Amino acid sequence: MAAPLSRREFLARTGFVGCSLAASPLVTPISFAAAPWDTRLVVIILRGGMDGLDAVQPYGDSAFAQMRGPLALGPEGGAYDLDGYFALHPALAPLLRMWQAGQLGFVHAVSTPYRGKRSHFDGQDLLEAGTPDLAGVRDGWLNRMLQVLPQASGQAAYAVGRNTMRVLQGAADVANWAPDAKLSLSPQTLTLLELVTEADPALHAALSEARILSQIEQAKRKDGQRTSAHVDIASFAAQRLSEETRIAAFSLNGWDTHRAQPQSIGRALTQLSETLLTLQGTMAGGVWAKTAVIAMTEFGRTVRQNGAGGTDHGTGGLMIAAGGAIKGGRVFGNWPGLGQGDLYEDRDLMPTRDVRAYAAWVMRALTGLDRHKLENAVFPGLDMGRDPGLIL
Amino acid sequence: MHNFDPDLAEIRFGYGLSPVLAPPQGVDELLAGLAGPDRIQQRFPIESFSQFRMRMVAAQKQHQIRRENRGTELAQKARKQQRVVNREARVAMIGWLGQTMLRRTHTPSAFRERLVAFWADHFTALGKQGVIRRATSPYIEEAIRPFVASRFADLLQATVMHPLMLDYLDQHKSIGPNSARAAKLGASAVRGVNENLAREVLELHTLGVEGPYSQTDVTQLAELFTGLSFGAPNGFVFRKDFAEPGAETVMGVSYGTDASVQPIRDVLNNLAMHPATARHLARKLAVHFTSDTPDPSLIDALEAAYLAHDGHLAPVYQALLEHPAAWDPVLSNVKLPIDFVSSTLRALAVPKDHFQGRKEKWFRRWLGTPLAQMGQVWERPQGPDGWAESDAAWITPQGVAHRVMWAMAAPPNLVRGLPDPRMFVDKALGRFANETVRFAAASADNRPEAIGLVLMSPAFQRR
Repeated sequence: MAAPLSRREFLARTGFVGCSLAASPLVTPISFAAAPWDTRLVVIILRGGMDGLDAVQPYGDSAFAQMRGPLALGPEGGAYDLDGYFALHPALAPLLRMWQAGQLGFVHAVSTPYRGKRSHFDGQDLLEAGTPDLAGVRDGWLNRMLQVLPQASGQAAYAVGRNTMRVLQGAADVANWAPDAKLSLSPQTLTLLELVTEADPALHAALSEARILSQIEQAKRKDGQRTSAHVDIASFAAQRLSEETRIAAFSLNGWDTHRAQPQSIGRALTQLSETLLTLQGTMAGGVWAKTAVIAMTEFGRTVRQNGAGGTDHGTGGLMIAAGGAIKGGRVFGNWPGLGQGDLYEDRDLMPTRDVRAYAAWVMRALTGLDRHKLENAVFPGLDMGRDPGLIL
Repeated sequence: MHNFDPDLAEIRFGYGLSPVLAPPQGVDELLAGLAGPDRIQQRFPIESFSQFRMRMVAAQKQHQIRRENRGTELAQKARKQQRVVNREARVAMIGWLGQTMLRRTHTPSAFRERLVAFWADHFTALGKQGVIRRATSPYIEEAIRPFVASRFADLLQATVMHPLMLDYLDQHKSIGPNSARAAKLGASAVRGVNENLAREVLELHTLGVEGPYSQTDVTQLAELFTGLSFGAPNGFVFRKDFAEPGAETVMGVSYGTDASVQPIRDVLNNLAMHPATARHLARKLAVHFTSDTPDPSLIDALEAAYLAHDGHLAPVYQALLEHPAAWDPVLSNVKLPIDFVSSTLRALAVPKDHFQGRKEKWFRRWLGTPLAQMGQVWERPQGPDGWAESDAAWITPQGVAHRVMWAMAAPPNLVRGLPDPRMFVDKALGRFANETVRFAAASADNRPEAIGLVLMSPAFQRR
């Protein structure tokens, strides 16, 4: 057991703690020039399985109305026609201007390699792991991207919000914060707290980060405005991205619409739309123009409505792409159809391309990362195929 | 040979040290605490689900009055009454958080409370809409608590067929496509089998996601489950008219053609005794009680005990407590927020009367809201897989920041007169106290922050 500390030793230690804190990547912001790339990537995980067929409705498919029943709105039921074939769910109407500006696009009938059991937890884990299966995989694909990019520092990537973001977990340092946390203590107590937790690296590191972030947040929040959590998260992410951060990842929950889908998906889509608009509106001038946001979900949902006015876990789904760097105004993907024999296991939208291929092409365009690294290190075993042209 | 350690027993297998309760003196004492009358439950009662159902009946009655008297004054009165029922349930629920905390604070057999929490998490269930959203504690009281030391199969049946689970995973809405009900509804009405419960039973409750089942097993089990339902007045019911006729085959076993609850009990019993279930539960217990990366020989020992004793749980706990890995003196797992809060209350020996007469707002301010901020909304995990076990999920800047703020601010509001921080170090940490924490506790410029520093020390945050 260590000998009791004297005052003097304590003061010496305090200096040491101060030093270790100053060496934290958070207080030594990297310069723009030092960053290997200058574009911004935002990854949103839509947890629960978004019903892509409801968000972007293939009303031009002759089987759509019959298969979906009351869920099929189409332009006649209040959805907004996008291109004569697909229509946007009414709750996403605030995004129409973004679509018209060519800064919003959709990719239909995509999925991860996940098949069969249709479990949220597995589906999300695989989506975030970015691998064909989960055996032995501990990190996420965004983290592996940081691992292969030169000079990416701990401030380059941010996981925002209370949800654990597996997609960003791994060997590369990432920052993490929920905008509602704060740490207001006297300097003396903070120093003692650093001392007490020093022997526990995980606890100590989390505390050091919290200390700095809460100072930033408190300075920002003097106006005392209160907004909803998803808006706070998007706003915090946009602010970090306006500075040295290059990558941000967060979650939007509430997509598991087993029951009364019109109400439940309406709420979720409204949150998605507010999130995208907050990102756009909060980013400093010029940053949105070099930003790509991709929103992905663990799987789509059943084509047919279930007995409770909702839909169950499915396979093929929808990816959403937004931002000034996106070549939007289009619905990408190979449409498999909804007719007899078109469905996956006679129940789900047939996935026609791996969603990871689209993410990989976005990352390639934003960071210049070479294809070999993307297909081996970031998404092991992926065949990226042809460039779908998602980025300007 | 294992190295039993009384302080470690309280910290790792209980809710930490108490200044007024002696820690258990051996494995026998820990196990004995699981048997016998449930005194702490009697001392701090929580409504059972069958009592809770009366709230659902009351809500339903008002709902019916509203429906039958639309636009009238009667309907308006009923609406008001409905709100009263809802509010009362909400207030009751936060009170049960208080009771749960008091049980953990005052029980001499904290291992029992830990097991209740472990299985309540394994069988996570929460109501979806209306007053039933408040029913998780009553469900635990009825479907988990009595069975924590019996056969796993009993626990499985009690939970999977419980109204709250049926509601949570939409089972009561699942109608066999060839059932009498489907025929009555006709082709125009939407109908379908809901796979939610069947999938979670295989993936989460029994075999585990690595288990040897296929989508066909999920679908067949879902068809077998059709008919499981409930009503507010009587609780669980089997609705023959919802049941899909014909036999179903799950994991290679065919289950009878009669539409009744017996084949469902049979399939649950068989799933409980499947080797994959033994492995899955063994691993989960090992992770929960020891570390994110448990000793493989501990998992093997638990699995073997489960299989050797026909899925009886007490011998599995005994195998856990008699394994050397259980007594590794290095504290590993980070306490979840609810456990951090519980063990703080135990370390402070928060008296029963301190909670008496408190309003809902008080419970929210000092317990409910801080828990949510630390990342754990009371009885509201994100999904049926319950709360994350990994330390990384909890040791985040925002989670830790909220732990700190609560540790510094809450204790003066939880007891009248804080203990002397220098004594508190040893009372709260036992033989895991060290000079750094003693120094910090003695150096803080005020008592609440000194207590908070002790609570934030790694020896209190981990177990």
